Order: sequence, then structure tokens, then C-alpha cells
Amino acid sequence: MLGWLDRRLGADSWARSALRKVFPDHWSFLLGEIALFCFVILLATGVFLTLFYRPDAAPVVYEGPYEPLRGQDVSAAYESVLRLSFEVRAGLVMRQIHHWSALVFVAAIVVHMARVFFTGAFRRPREINWLVGMGLLLLALGMGFTGYSLPDDLLSGTGLRIAYSAVVAIPFLGPYVASLAFGGEFPTEGIISRLFVLHVMLFPGIIIGLIAAHLGILWRQKHTQFPGPGRTEQNVIGKPFWPVQLFKSTGLMLLTAAVIAVIGGTIQINPVWEYGPFVPTTVSAPAQPDWYMGWLEGAIRLFPAFEPTILGVTIPSTFIPGIVLPGFFITVLALWPFIEQRVTRDYAEHHLLDYPRDFPVRTGVGVAGIVFAVLLTLAGGNDVLALAFSIPVEAITWFFRIAVLVVPPLLGWLGYRIALELQATDFHPLRRRKGVVLRRNAEGGYDEV
Amino acid sequence: MNTNRSISVALVVSMLASIGLVGVYIAGGDRAAEGILLGLALGGLGAGIVLWTRLIDIGPETEEREPLETSPEDRMDPIELRPEGITRRSLLVRLLVGAGGALAAALAIPTLSLGPRPGASLFRTSWRAGVRVVGEDGAPIRPLDLPLEGVLTVYPEGAVGSADSQTQLIRVGEDLLELDPDRQEWTVEGVVGYSKICTHAGCPVGLYRAQAHQLLCPCHQSTFDILRGAVPVFGPAARPLPQLPLDVDDEGYLIARGDFPEPVGPSFWNVHSGDDS
Repeated sequence: MLGWLDRRLGADSWARSALRKVFPDHWSFLLGEIALFCFVILLATGVFLTLFYRPDAAPVVYEGPYEPLRGQDVSAAYESVLRLSFEVRAGLVMRQIHHWSALVFVAAIVVHMARVFFTGAFRRPREINWLVGMGLLLLALGMGFTGYSLPDDLLSGTGLRIAYSAVVAIPFLGPYVASLAFGGEFPTEGIISRLFVLHVMLFPGIIIGLIAAHLGILWRQKHTQFPGPGRTEQNVIGKPFWPVQLFKSTGLMLLTAAVIAVIGGTIQINPVWEYGPFVPTTVSAPAQPDWYMGWLEGAIRLFPAFEPTILGVTIPSTFIPGIVLPGFFITVLALWPFIEQRVTRDYAEHHLLDYPRDFPVRTGVGVAGIVFAVLLTLAGGNDVLALAFSIPVEAITWFFRIAVLVVPPLLGWLGYRIALELQATDFHPLRRRKGVVLRRNAEGGYDEV
Repeated sequence: MNTNRSISVALVVSMLASIGLVGVYIAGGDRAAEGILLGLALGGLGAGIVLWTRLIDIGPETEEREPLETSPEDRMDPIELRPEGITRRSLLVRLLVGAGGALAAALAIPTLSLGPRPGASLFRTSWRAGVRVVGEDGAPIRPLDLPLEGVLTVYPEGAVGSADSQTQLIRVGEDLLELDPDRQEWTVEGVVGYSKICTHAGCPVGLYRAQAHQLLCPCHQSTFDILRGAVPVFGPAARPLPQLPLDVDDEGYLIARGDFPEPVGPSFWNVHSGDDS
């Protein structure tokens, strides 16, 4: 087989070097792989779902087996999701696995990105791959948003409505861009099929291209590694791709899929039949988006009623938290490798990773950013918190309005101090301190073994 | 348990789970059973493969890093595209750039087919002077059909379900209202009408707190005082909900005196400019 291929493609010499490529061993290097495997699961289950879904807003009367909605006017899209869930064998489990792996997909990307950030793995020569990764993150968010809007249920309709409002809020361009994107004034009939095209064709196509670039660049530049015995800036030490890494990765892929399958089978997610079909005059409360949208939801909930009109131009109160803030956050994140280079004047190549303690300022900034996003996400559930703790929602909102400004710098500074402290004491919080074995020698003294 | 046996167990579990999966499918399917069996089938195989790596005894290998940058002698020779005398500013180069730009613009133009010009649509709803106020069922409404502190979602006659015209009627004690002087005529028997679309992010402002006489948007908790022209009193919304001027016709049914005086729904840059059509 290999001989046959080699005579036609000269595959042997290429395969020999490719298969012996070295992969350094560290658990945190598997996070990106988990994201990749989630994408594989998403493609597999997504193809199945696509065969049953109808991207059509036309009204139909529901006549399926779900009693509470029978006889009600719903969109063909919504009806097809109900049919997939209740009438297609293995349909519901596929849908739930698809949704769960989407949540894990974005989570794995974010955690992988945090790993790359805190260890400085984005430094030269890996700035390009950092940007490719940012692109993948944004597309993953786009996939998530378009995906959960497709069932055309009440919750997703609310999400679309808020997105429309944020777009309309852009000064000068907003009304035009929103009209072009939605095909008119919200709610429009055409939006479902547009989201469908983005979700099943455009976005996944670009994601596949970017993943290829991400892996190709990684392959070319070789892996980073943590400092250790024998490891230098000029080498990579680890297990070869074939057979060790390939076995491990295949195993990890199957285990990732296994965990998501069990979750998808046993834990209900997005029960669109309980939310009901989208109706412009109704909204479900409390409405919560998927987790990765929570920070934006929180930002627009917390922003005060500030809507100045300057020279006849109104700045709507969703514009700053809904467009400017995420735009700023994402831009700083994307440009971080270049910002850091500019500030530190360190333009050298780095293949040995930092520990978070090695660069306290970066660690502090990272901690502050994460805390900021987490607080916003919590604030996005202010009504849920109010209900759970029986506190007026106004009090919770005010608490978070202050907290998002005060707590991130505080904890960022704490992270910075801890990093400095760890640097000084060389104490590793996660690693068990290894004992030193002493042996008594003939002279009665002690030698380290 | 030695590695060989662990691998065998994992693979047998996987195989049995796969067979079980087929069985569940034939039996009619069950979400939880499918998920768990699929998990076991995938997980058993995955565990088996991961354990297999213990059988492969390959120590760490070292790979040298070659410099990424191409050495000077291997670099590509620069190719001169511009013959002598043609500079960056010469006519040919400018024409090339111009032709490329013009083509790009021409190709981008069909994007405009994606949606209509927003024009006046953001400033207007289906409410007109004299149009009857009807409920979800299309039936006209008399002011006293509403109980005190009762709330009802209404539409202009002939536009039931219209998203931008949806209006909320609330009946309160007439003496409680503290509307602006120019709005004194806009209520009938204590019935006030406000656009149901939040001026923040466009959600239906569906919750009425009768004791406080406040409308609350469940999406982002914007709160409006309905006694004082629905001015926002809490949350991110900055504009009042536009008020629908109400009246009654000869038969005693509620009618509109005209469209909302301001645009309904989320703000946009020229929201205060009046109708710019």
C-alpha cells in the first residue's frame, strides 16, 4: 500500500519525516485538540441535522405528537426541529450532542487560548497563528449564534432581536447595515434562510480553511515546550507522531466524543418546545443565551441609561456595551502579541514557554480580563440571581455595575503580586513538592541522591 | 490487571455497547440510553487506544529546530515588474489600481440587494388617526373592557400581529396619571397606551408591576413609569416608551389619534431627527 503510493507520489520520504515529528508532552497541549475534536463531532452531527431541518419561516400548523403545541401556527423551521426531536429516531440525541459539543467547542477554544496567552506561546514566530486562532474563536461564536437562532423558537428570536438592536445602534450606518443583514426591519421572514447559509456553508467552510492553516503553521513552526532538562530554544523533545501521538490523539478524540455523547443523551438542552415558537409580541423570562454570549448580555444589562445626542447624532445605549466594548476587547486580544513586543522591546524568537509567574504583568492583565468577562457573564444572569437569592434585581445590577469596574483591576493586581511571589519562592502551586532523598555517608554526613 | 487485559475489557465494553446501540434503535430509540451507550462505545474504544500506547515503548526523541528564516543565498531574486521609466506614480500603474478598485466596487454593489433602504420604516408604524384599536382576536375594544390595572396587547385594526405597532393598554385610576399637559387628551377613562417594544434592545416590555405602576422589560430589566409617560426609571433604556394618543369613536370604541409621536423600539443615530423621509 505504502509502496504503491510511494511510486506514484513519492510519499515515503515525506511520510518518514512527518510521522516522526516530535510532540512535547503536556496536558495543556491537548486543549486545542479537544476543540478540534468537538468540531469533528459538530460536523458529523450537523450533517445529520441538516438532512431534516427546513430553513423556512413560512407558517404551518403544527400537527405532530407534542400535545401542547398541536394546532398552533408555527414556522416550518420550528416544525422541522420538533419533528427531528420527537419523530426522527436518534434525532433528539443528535441535536443535543450537537448543542453540547458546540458549548464545549467554544469552551475548549477559550481555555486553549488562555493557555497560549499565559505561557507566552503567541510570541514570535507564532503571532500569525495567534491571529488565525482569534479568527477561529470569532467564527466559533458566529457558528454558535447562527446555530441557536435556527430553531426559530422564542428564546432564539429574542437573541436575534437584541442582535438587530445592537446593529441598528451603530452611528450613521446602523439602520442600513441592519436592513441589509436582516433583509428589512426586524422581524423579517428571510433571516432564517440567511442564518442557515452562514451556519452550514460559509462559516464552516472558513473554519475548515483556518483550521488547516492553524495546523499547517503549527507543523511548520514546530511545537513550543516548557523549559526542562535538555530542552532548549533550538530543539523539541517529545514523543513521535507515529505511533504514540496519533494513538493518544485518536483516543482523546473518542473519549471527548464519549463524554459529550453521555451528556448529550442524559442532560436536556435547548428544549425549544418548552419555549414555544417565536412570536414578536412575547418574550420568555428569564431568558439566558448560551454561555459564551453571557458577557455581552451582561454588558448591555449593566450599561446605564446613557444615550447622549451630540450634534444631532444619538449614541444609543446599546452601542457602547454591545459594539464598542466587544470590539475593543477583541482588538486588544488580537493585537496582544504586537502590543507586548512593542512594550517589552522583545522581538526575539521564543520556543520555550513562560510559566505564568515568569511575566507577572501579562499574567495580571490576563487575570483582570478573565475576571471582567466572568463578572459580565454573571451580570447577564442578574434576573436569575435575583430570583435565586430573593434580592431585588436593581440591587444586583448596581452591585455588578460597581464590581466590573473595581474587581478586575484588584484581582489583576493580586495575580501580578502572586506571580512575583511565586517567582521569588520558586513554589509551584500545582506540583507536589518532591522530597529530596538523603543518604548518610561513611563520614556521618549526608549526601543528596 | 495487566495492560493487555485492560485493553481487552475496554474493547469488549465498546463492542457490546455498539451492539446495544443498534438494539435500542430497533426498539424505538431512547435519548438517554442512546447517549450512554454511544458514550460507552466511543469511550471503550478510546480508552483501549490510549492504553495501547503503554505497549509501545518509545522514549522521548529530540528534533532539532532549523531556523525559519530563509538564508540569504537561498532567497528568491526580486523580479522587476516595472520596466525602466515607469514609476509608482506613472499613469499605467495608476490605471491598474483604478481598474482594480472600480471592479471591486462594481462587484460589491449587489450587496445592496440584500435589503431595502431603511427610509421611513423605522419612524412609522401602522397606527393612523382614526384607526380602531383591536385585540389579538381583531375585536375592537371599549375603554371599560379593561379592568382597573388590567393590561392588554393591542394592534391597529387590520394589522393584528404587526411587530412594530404592538401596543400595550393599561387602565389606571385617572387621578393617578401625571402626564405632560400636551398629553392630557391622549387617555380615555384612565386607559393609557404605550409601544410594547423596549426602547433599549427591542424586546416586548411584557411585565406590569401594578403596585408600582411600572412596566418592566424581562430582557434587560429596563423599567418604565407608566403614570409619567413611561419615562425610564431603571435599567439601560434611556428613552420613554412612545405613547399612543388614544380617543374613542362615536360607538365608544378606542381609536388612535395618530401614529406614535416618536420612533418605537431601539434607538438609532437619527432617532430624534423626526421623520426624515
